[in-house]
Amino acid sequence: MGHMTHEESVKSATKWIIVLAVITICEVLFALLGKGYLIEGVEVATWIMALVMIIMSLVKAYLIVYEFMHMKYEVPGLVKSVLLPTLLLVWAVIAFFWEGADWNKRRTLIDDKNKETVETVRTTGQTGELIKELEQ
Amino acid sequence: MAETLTHTDTHHDHNEGDAWDGGKQPFKASYGKLMMWYFLLSDAFTFAGFLIAYGALRIAMPSWPIADKVFSTFPGGFHEKPLYFVTLMTFILLFSSYTMVRAVQDGHREYKKGIVVWMFLTILGGLAFLGCQAWEWSTLIGKEHMTITKNPFGTTTEAGTYLDPELGSFEVGHSYLLHKYHAPHAAHDDHGHGHGHDDHAEDHAAGHDDEHHLPGFTKTDATYTKPGDYPYAVVNEDGFILHKYKVTSGEDAGKTKTETLGPKAFGALFFFITGFHGFHVFSGVVFLIIIMVNVASGLYVKRRNGYEMVEKIGLYWHFVDLVWVFVFLVFYLI
Repeated sequence: MGHMTHEESVKSATKWIIVLAVITICEVLFALLGKGYLIEGVEVATWIMALVMIIMSLVKAYLIVYEFMHMKYEVPGLVKSVLLPTLLLVWAVIAFFWEGADWNKRRTLIDDKNKETVETVRTTGQTGELIKELEQ
Repeated sequence: MAETLTHTDTHHDHNEGDAWDGGKQPFKASYGKLMMWYFLLSDAFTFAGFLIAYGALRIAMPSWPIADKVFSTFPGGFHEKPLYFVTLMTFILLFSSYTMVRAVQDGHREYKKGIVVWMFLTILGGLAFLGCQAWEWSTLIGKEHMTITKNPFGTTTEAGTYLDPELGSFEVGHSYLLHKYHAPHAAHDDHGHGHGHDDHAEDHAAGHDDEHHLPGFTKTDATYTKPGDYPYAVVNEDGFILHKYKVTSGEDAGKTKTETLGPKAFGALFFFITGFHGFHVFSGVVFLIIIMVNVASGLYVKRRNGYEMVEKIGLYWHFVDLVWVFVFLVFYLI
């Protein structure tokens, strides 16, 4: 950071901490709004909430890494070697959430199957005779 | 041998830009800083593993505790204040990140006094965060009886009406907290003198105990003295009061059911993830103290590298804040 005077870098840090604080307040207000705490009867769909929250969190993460951890001033090789591997997590998230959703589906299926009742069907012929015999 | 060595020396002299000669900094960062970055990358994967496990298990369950009901207490006996306390914690960590930046900036201009002061403020921030977490944990464990295997926070998947008239009816997705009944304390039995069980029960009913201010605790609840099946509720072996309700929606409409404990994994995930993060904060505070003392003693002046050690602990400290952004996201916001 040879290119910034001390006063400039202090000013920059102060600016970004305020931005981060404002984003955090927005997140909390949006969470409260979405769940119907702020305005009676107003609620936001869960997926929109999640999407907005994730985007705001990623913006915060970017600011912390680039401004506070000075990733901005590192050479491209370092930036790539640290940040590119995290892209693997994108697939990890997709794969594990997919799997989790499938567990949920199976659990529901088993619950539904457990609720099913079977009525005894009286049949004729050999099977029917067998059932009668067994019941006696 | 001697010849070979001479040859190598000559080779060395003629190729000053050779990458193997040493003294070069790959990526123009010092060894320590570069390795701190790679450590943080690996740590990010550890946290990602934890958080992804949380997400996968949460998606796998038909219902999940609602965060703003679980984390809704505030010191001083306040309840139903969703997200207030955890927002305070977030701000404490965020501003300790700012004081850390200032310490690093004073390091660049070799201003010792400034570094010590800003690092000291960062340590205070870290300790305040840990204090908040201790309070949050003790509330969850001590008052709300959450453990790594038992989670008293649940969410209904159907609408219904409680048999206890004090509790009324609820919608689909209603969030509840199971309370424990109060066995007559052994300590009181020992004292004995004129302080019978009945008096004690009245004490509770009158709400002397802070726990009874928790939402959803009824007068009937205060009368339970031992596990068993009661008209309005079942008190299980662990002492949790499971209220009975009549289902009013879905396939099971008309049936009477009993509340159940919430998803088991919730407690383990919460304590392990916030605990692992808290452990990072704790180690961060320890290193901050060590480095602050070293700065104050003038150790780093001799190194003449612009207080690089402060920069390295700064990277770590910001990372702890970065992880909290995501813990805050998955546990509290979504």
